[in-house]
Amino acid sequence: MTTEIREVSAAEAVALARDGYHVIDVREPSEWNAGHVDGATLLPLNDVPSRIGDVAPDKAAPLLLHCAVGGRSGRAAAKLVELGYTNVVSMKAPLGHWKEQGGPWEEPRQLLTPAQQRRYSRQTLIPEIGQEGQRKLLDAKVLLIGAGALGSPSALYLSASGIGTIGLVDDDVVEESNLQRQVLHGVDRLGMRKVDSGELTIRGLNPETVVVKHAERLNADNVERLIADYDVIVDGTDNFDTRYILNDAAVKLRKPIVHGSIYRWDGQITTFVPFEGPCYRCMYPVQPPEELAPACSVAGVLGVLPGVIGMLQSNEVFKLVLGVGETLAGRLLMFDAMGTTFDEVRIWRDPACPACGDASPHAAPIQQPAQPVAV
Amino acid sequence: MSTIRIPPVLRENTGGSRTVDVTGGTVAEALDDLFGRHPALRDRVTEDGELSRFINVYVNDRDVRYRDGLDTAVGADDTIILLPAMAGGSH
Repeated sequence: MTTEIREVSAAEAVALARDGYHVIDVREPSEWNAGHVDGATLLPLNDVPSRIGDVAPDKAAPLLLHCAVGGRSGRAAAKLVELGYTNVVSMKAPLGHWKEQGGPWEEPRQLLTPAQQRRYSRQTLIPEIGQEGQRKLLDAKVLLIGAGALGSPSALYLSASGIGTIGLVDDDVVEESNLQRQVLHGVDRLGMRKVDSGELTIRGLNPETVVVKHAERLNADNVERLIADYDVIVDGTDNFDTRYILNDAAVKLRKPIVHGSIYRWDGQITTFVPFEGPCYRCMYPVQPPEELAPACSVAGVLGVLPGVIGMLQSNEVFKLVLGVGETLAGRLLMFDAMGTTFDEVRIWRDPACPACGDASPHAAPIQQPAQPVAV
Repeated sequence: MSTIRIPPVLRENTGGSRTVDVTGGTVAEALDDLFGRHPALRDRVTEDGELSRFINVYVNDRDVRYRDGLDTAVGADDTIILLPAMAGGSH
């Protein structure tokens, strides 16, 4: 059976777009970057089968496809009809005619400098990132609470891959016993403030990264000032008091926290997105007595463990900044280095949570049902 | 037999074992069996006969707080996870 693809002129296409057709540009990213239909979605022809489900989940939605002249969009339209889409139109006209007909148009923006295009080329090749995603990373501000074991891998990889601004909160100096796992620092930095040592290492990896040094210990008085300017908080602290203080301020200011904790051979990681998923107090309403929750300095920790957990935290940061994929919001991931196993449990928003529950003074009107809901 | 995962901080009370196989049709019965095998654990994670609030309990991946608490049913192939918060990160 042959399928009839509905082809339209540029004038008709402009009218359809005004009527609410979703405009899909099936050209390549390089063509898109030289200027594109304002409001269109980029979906290169070769990616149509794999990504159309994300771009247009509703197979009855009105879709207007275009390319440079109408060849590729005709093929993409045929593919969509084959996949069951019922309202697909292809513009059979040079794209210049769209502009002449007064169709909405966005002139090219220089998202990345030539140097940035070279440095980040392996990342911008990924369809979910591209130059626009890389721009988001470069514009992002991420705060690392602790420039120690968990902060080290995050600082290294977040700066290397182009997170534009990295804040370091730490009031410690580098000690010999740190070096087995805190790979942001080295023997030539003994006695140096960790924020200064961290800045030096980051500069070496990526001179473009803006490093903001906060050589202080996070407490109830400074927490809101410290986190206010950042988009994502990476929690690599070492005690419960700080974690609860950070949690409550992050809920109030609606900042996502990527949580990591480590003990000997075991690590835990999750992501807290205020009011969309549970917070730290929902998960652990009551802290254990000290003897059941010793710090690394007391209990010991495997050198590679914060590497594994810190890298998973960095991965969460990327998805939060890019707005893609599934984060760990609502899930606690547990890593056992001794058995090399990952386990996962679901964690819930607690309606009775003093920080983010129904009675929270910071909550927007509750849109969730009264029962706990996973995200 | 169902399996209880022992968190790292409590393994000194199970002779280093990371898991303990137990019998019992509910979480409470399974914990009773666990405490019978490793009596020192009872004092560390219960107060006045109740499980301490700082220990989260999951049956498979579900928190029993949002099911039937300690009365939550446990099947033969189920895994019970005991999970106190961990503190470490930086130092």
